[in-house]
Amino acid sequence: MGLDIRWPIGLMFTLIGILLAGYGVVNAADSKSLGININLIWGAVLLVFGVLMVAGAMGGQKKP
Amino acid sequence: MQTIHLQWIDYTVLIAYVAFVIGIGWMLARYMKTSADFLTSARSIPTWVTGLAFISANLGALELVGMAASGAKYGISTAHFYWVGAIPAMIFLAVFMMPFYYGSKARSVPEYLNMRFDGRVRLLNSGAFAIMTIFASGISMNALAKLLANLLPWKLDFTVWGLHFQSYDAYLWISSGVVLLYVLKGGLTSAIYTEVLQFFMIVLGFAPVVYLGMKDVGGWHAMNTSLQTVAVNPAALYLKDAGTTYATNAWTSAWQPVLAGSEHNPMGVDWFAMIFGLGFVLSFGYWCTNFLVVQRAMAAKNMTAARNTPLVASVPKMFFPFLVIVPGMIAAALCTMPDKGYRIPPPIISEATYAKAVDVLKGANPADGAGAVKLVGDTLGKKVDAARINSLIAANAANKLSDVQIKQGIYNSVAENDYDGVILSLVKKYCPPGLLGLALTALLASFMSGMAGNVTAFNTVFTYDIYQAFLAPGKSDKHYFLTGKVITIVGILLSILAAYFASMFNNCMDIIQLVFGFVNAPLFATFLLGMFWKRTTATGAFVGLFGGILSSALFHALTTTSANLDAAGHAVNMAKGGYLHVVQVFPSEMAQNFWLAAFAFIACFIFTAGLSVLTARTKSDADLKGLVYSLTPRTVDHDLPVWQRPGVLGTILLIVCIILNFLFW
Repeated sequence: MGLDIRWPIGLMFTLIGILLAGYGVVNAADSKSLGININLIWGAVLLVFGVLMVAGAMGGQKKP
Repeated sequence: MQTIHLQWIDYTVLIAYVAFVIGIGWMLARYMKTSADFLTSARSIPTWVTGLAFISANLGALELVGMAASGAKYGISTAHFYWVGAIPAMIFLAVFMMPFYYGSKARSVPEYLNMRFDGRVRLLNSGAFAIMTIFASGISMNALAKLLANLLPWKLDFTVWGLHFQSYDAYLWISSGVVLLYVLKGGLTSAIYTEVLQFFMIVLGFAPVVYLGMKDVGGWHAMNTSLQTVAVNPAALYLKDAGTTYATNAWTSAWQPVLAGSEHNPMGVDWFAMIFGLGFVLSFGYWCTNFLVVQRAMAAKNMTAARNTPLVASVPKMFFPFLVIVPGMIAAALCTMPDKGYRIPPPIISEATYAKAVDVLKGANPADGAGAVKLVGDTLGKKVDAARINSLIAANAANKLSDVQIKQGIYNSVAENDYDGVILSLVKKYCPPGLLGLALTALLASFMSGMAGNVTAFNTVFTYDIYQAFLAPGKSDKHYFLTGKVITIVGILLSILAAYFASMFNNCMDIIQLVFGFVNAPLFATFLLGMFWKRTTATGAFVGLFGGILSSALFHALTTTSANLDAAGHAVNMAKGGYLHVVQVFPSEMAQNFWLAAFAFIACFIFTAGLSVLTARTKSDADLKGLVYSLTPRTVDHDLPVWQRPGVLGTILLIVCIILNFLFW
């Protein structure tokens, strides 16, 4: 309905992904859980997910 | 030990989420031109979106919290609520019932009932649904506000105009305000879009917690081995009373303990109650008739999309046990590993009470073990583990412990569990700042989404099935569009009222939910007969449904659970049943619930069928075309690619579901 839902989903997760991954890089010591820098890793996953969503939304716009 | 400390990063994630959901509502506002746009999304939403919204509307925070709780209490058998209690019904809805809901062009479930039967059945269904859905919304918001008040360090306490305001009030009104903002602007479409957002938040927010928990516990096999020790002695974790024991697979096998009989599984149910009561009556009664979920399928853009919506939804639903139930199992397993320093959280006890207990323990006489234990237990108002208290007293006598250490020791000795606290305790344990914000935002998102879903369902039912049908028919669409907006605000306010009611009258809420159970139990019989037997008459349906509800109440009045009996065999707590006379005793409330559903369904079925035969039909075959199976041309799927045909997809999904049942046999 007018607004392709993939835009807000994609943008939000891209933003959160950047935030988490960024925090994971800058503050690696606090981001550890069971020895893994989970903020960095999961932040990257969210970023990829967000970008894929946005790409899907942009692809959808090309259809006439 | 109970509050969580959030950093700026956590608040940022939360604010980002709130900004996006409000933004979605704002952006959708320009597309809201008619009441149909606002209240029913005017059949415009793609299948994957309606599918995810369908499952998301059902996946409230209470389910997230509750499933983890049940995972700890019952193990993998909890998955029955998904694999037996949801998937078959969702497939049935998709393949057999959506053609009637969607093809009839009804805008709501009660409207379908009006077309099939008459206004009385419509009113009974819409009235009951409107009340139930507002209470469901209130329960959700109450739980959210309570959670935030317990969790966040921001405390509020002031009195103005004679009214006392606390942090609970702030959280309740602010969260409700956020929901109001996006639902008022974008209507049902807003709710659907944010439900999809919530779905991804939940999956992406909790998956890392499950992963970390699994890693900590040593993997799936190690977890199951630990759960075998739990099954043999659940009392050690305060899961059951002392002396109770089960076979080693009670927490790790879904079917064997159930088939073995109600005394052999922690849920206390037998296979018939499980399959017929849960798997058929309750499950089909909810998934096939509850407008909250059906509304999402009705918003789909065409018939195939509408039929495929529940099928799309069943895919994540089938695999959710691994996301929501497994954390509970991990928690139970962790309790058996002393080096992890974890226990299922005890009921919430105030700091002041703990301080008193610490003093009591310090002054306790080490020689009088039993007396000291009783004193500490009474101070806390909870059962305590005698052995642990005594060893704590001994440790304190040998080597003066600090107040903090004593408090920790007392915390570990509380012999009661607050299962609802399991998922949060795991989040606290494994999430560093950042991920913590994500997980908490996911939890918050599902609470708010629960309110939004309920309010939009209430809105459509009230505006079309109560207001337009009975109170003010024949007005312009603009009038109903405006009504929809007003009712959004009214719905939110009523939900807030219901939330306050829930917070003040805890026991009343149990009774209210009991009554809802009475109403839901017979419902599917009415729909089944209505959709598949053209001879069912309106009077038959109305009296049958009414009779079914009364039968539920009667069954409840005559049965109770073994835990609710006093020495003379009478029921103690009225809310647990058996207050007229105890005809049958059940081993657990769950068993009583399932049998009640079975009984009510059969009663409603017999009343409806019997009365239909005795009363005259008010609608001819022509009237019922498209509303009843035998009078509707079969939907032709041949022009669809095989992978889009509901019949084919439904069969495949059912097979996958059966395979899952076998894997966890």
